[in-house]
Amino acid sequence: MKPVAAGFLRLGRTATLAIVGIPVIFLASFFVFPVGTIMWRGFSHDGGFDMSTTIDVLTSHRWWRVAWFTTWQAVVSTVATLAVGIPIAGVLARYDVPASRLVRALTTVPFVMPTIVIATAFIAVFDSLGPVGDALKNSAAAVILAHVYLNLAVVIRALADPWSRLDHSVEEAARTLGMGAIRTVMTVTLPRLRLAIGAAAAIVFLFTFTSFGIVLFLGGPTRTTLEVETYIQTTSYLQLDVASVLALTQISIVVATLATQRLLTNRAATAQQMAAPAKLRRPISGPRDVGLVLATVGAATVVLLAPMFVLVWRSVRLDGAFTLSNYARLWDTSTVMLATPAEAIWNSFSIAVVAMLLALTIGTLATIGVAYGEGWIASILDTALMVPLGTSAATLGFGFLIALDEPPLDLRTSAALVPIAHALIGIPFVMRLLVPTVRSIDPKLRETALLLGQSRLQVWIRVDAPVVKRALFAAAGFAFAVSLGEFGATAFIARPDRPTIPTAIMRYLGRPGPTNVGQAMAMATILMVVTTVAVAAIETNRVNNTGDF
Amino acid sequence: MTFHPRTTLRSPLVAASIIAVFALLTACGSDDQDKTATEVVTLVTHESFALSDDVLAQFTADTGYRIEILAAGDAGTMLNQSILTAGDPLGDVIFGVDSTFLSRALDAELTVPHQSPLLAQIPDSFQLDKSNRLLPVDVGDVCLNFDVQWFTDAAIEPPTNLADLTRATYKDLLVVQNPATSSPGLAFALATIAEFGTDGDYDWLDYWAELSDNGVKIQPGWSEAYYTDFTLYGGDRPIVVSYATSPPAEVYFADPRPESAPSAVVEASCYRQHEFVGVLAGTDNPEGARAFVDFLLSVTAQQDIPWNMFVFPVNELAEVPAEFSEHSLVPSNPLSVPSQDIEANRESWIQQWSETAIG
Repeated sequence: MKPVAAGFLRLGRTATLAIVGIPVIFLASFFVFPVGTIMWRGFSHDGGFDMSTTIDVLTSHRWWRVAWFTTWQAVVSTVATLAVGIPIAGVLARYDVPASRLVRALTTVPFVMPTIVIATAFIAVFDSLGPVGDALKNSAAAVILAHVYLNLAVVIRALADPWSRLDHSVEEAARTLGMGAIRTVMTVTLPRLRLAIGAAAAIVFLFTFTSFGIVLFLGGPTRTTLEVETYIQTTSYLQLDVASVLALTQISIVVATLATQRLLTNRAATAQQMAAPAKLRRPISGPRDVGLVLATVGAATVVLLAPMFVLVWRSVRLDGAFTLSNYARLWDTSTVMLATPAEAIWNSFSIAVVAMLLALTIGTLATIGVAYGEGWIASILDTALMVPLGTSAATLGFGFLIALDEPPLDLRTSAALVPIAHALIGIPFVMRLLVPTVRSIDPKLRETALLLGQSRLQVWIRVDAPVVKRALFAAAGFAFAVSLGEFGATAFIARPDRPTIPTAIMRYLGRPGPTNVGQAMAMATILMVVTTVAVAAIETNRVNNTGDF
Repeated sequence: MTFHPRTTLRSPLVAASIIAVFALLTACGSDDQDKTATEVVTLVTHESFALSDDVLAQFTADTGYRIEILAAGDAGTMLNQSILTAGDPLGDVIFGVDSTFLSRALDAELTVPHQSPLLAQIPDSFQLDKSNRLLPVDVGDVCLNFDVQWFTDAAIEPPTNLADLTRATYKDLLVVQNPATSSPGLAFALATIAEFGTDGDYDWLDYWAELSDNGVKIQPGWSEAYYTDFTLYGGDRPIVVSYATSPPAEVYFADPRPESAPSAVVEASCYRQHEFVGVLAGTDNPEGARAFVDFLLSVTAQQDIPWNMFVFPVNELAEVPAEFSEHSLVPSNPLSVPSQDIEANRESWIQQWSETAIG
């Protein structure tokens, strides 16, 4: 199962090692070492290794029940997100949908919102749905619905671009031969997008597998995940032994799932004939097209916007009347927080820029190693860089604290930890967008170019670079958004005088009083606007580059 | 540099970049390193800590020490982080160890004794740690709050004690927080333990079984219960577990401020929480740490506490803002459970609670 691109740049063992060296050291320093240290603390007992807790936990019915619920809800959420997201991605890829860039930017908004804000909006929607809404309250279905809503962006953004670059002539041939539209998509198009679908599925799985707030807020008191239990065992009971077993269980399931996903999607090389997307997008013509666009992109936009309108509405209301005072207060110091909300917005923005650059640098180096390199190091690194996304924030937060306490990594109280933690979570996105893109480049294109007498570097610049560049901008948007929205790990390491938007929202929602909710809603609205504008700006760059080849 | 077939990246170059990355990272870390010099006192606390800027500036003006604040998560997270870093602490002073965690903190020998002269101004009843390793700094109460207007409109008398809540009159009216994930939730569960006991014909679990039958709603945290379910914010539960100071906060954080608070407190349901402050063992600035603890117990800082953290000062000479007594009350006989009992039973109590209240 050799990747198509493997060996194209003829990176030897030394070069591969050199290029993957930085990602490996980053991962080792900021993930393996801290998480390993905290887990070792949990497993060791009086200097020795003690398995009794492990056995207790692994033989307990309760923990198996938690692990089972965590896993199945993640699998169902992933499948459901793919089912909803694929048609939308297809329409965005194939049709000239008006304002499609804005729609794509908007899909990332739920993704960055603090889960409590989303959960509150969901409960408001359930309240308006009568008996159906009542049945949904405190149900596994509510958890899955919310997961679909939050992760739709992953599927749309991972698929729309590769889909738009597929050569449409294969589909046209199938249609000419009498194959129905849906069957064509199912049997001709989707198999060709297997790598991208697999990548999106992996991300959605990791996100829903480590779900914390959504499960707590919408699943009702009887449902918890391994993530929640690890958090409680660590922060409330200080039972590091139990927490370590849970964290290890979580990591094992993550690695097993990623391995399965690789087996399923990487079985065969799926290099594709690429074409410039602009030429392939069809104008919307006729009632059938309009219906299709409305049923997918239109419906998604309405569903995405509804809770956002609720938040905007709440942010301009106080005591039953219209007001902008919630926004005016953003520059005021108050007793709720040690910084003003405006400072929190600035903090979030600057942290997100640093985290994005860090994630892009490390993710790109790792991609070069993984996609052009060879051998087992590359495959291990490919999976290993995904694992932080599937690891409990409590494990990581406490790990940082007890491991990074000596030079040269005395970072326990450093402001640098926040972007580092965010980059750890952003790298998987960069990798999952870049690796399949590079692997799906048709080697025939490169061969032709080589035959025409161009050097390998010229070929890389002409053939690989434009495609990689587009994926890189998409990845940048994600890495930025992930950092803007990250709460779990930030809560452990952010300093109170340097809050981020999500930690500030949580601070305001932690105090009684109408102006506090008002300001939380104003900040949530600003988070939506910042996300939409930033992601759209990054996308603009990407779209402008599509004409390169 | 070209990617010609035979060109490979030279490892010295890579080594240099790795060193550069690390130099950058450690440089980021080292500006904090400098601050551990003696002129800075670092305060380790939880996310709810707040004091006015000018009050902190006053301390700097008086003593020359600058205050650096580190906060991570809630009181439990903060304490556990401090226990994990015991001996090599993140800072010099710890603020916000609460009475549910007092014995865990003392057992871990996290702090060293400090005979603050200010203790003379603090009632004996607040000085729960006689070894003075953890000194009282504020007190607050977790109490049932109810929506005054809702009860007036419904022409129902609000509940006056915990037992009332099992009556049919109050069916489906109460929302509480899960003690496994919420600190007020744990305080309220402890209130029921203090009230009904853990053995006898009718113990706290019998009470929770009745509450469960009477439609108690359980939320994971305070914000969800208060801002989603409480009728004051559009929910359908007019009774919520919150703080004794929530009614004055409702007045203070309103625009315009109402004459009277929209919510009120059920006095007999209140559970007393104490917060403590101490000098961290292993601090490299014990003198600055002691000075800051004394400052926190002084009238200046103590009077600043109510509006910032919505809890009450412990220093008898500190004045409590009029709004607090106007819109709320200090329960005369709050419920409490000894800290050692909580430490010994926390997990099993929460487990039993889950089995009874959630099933």
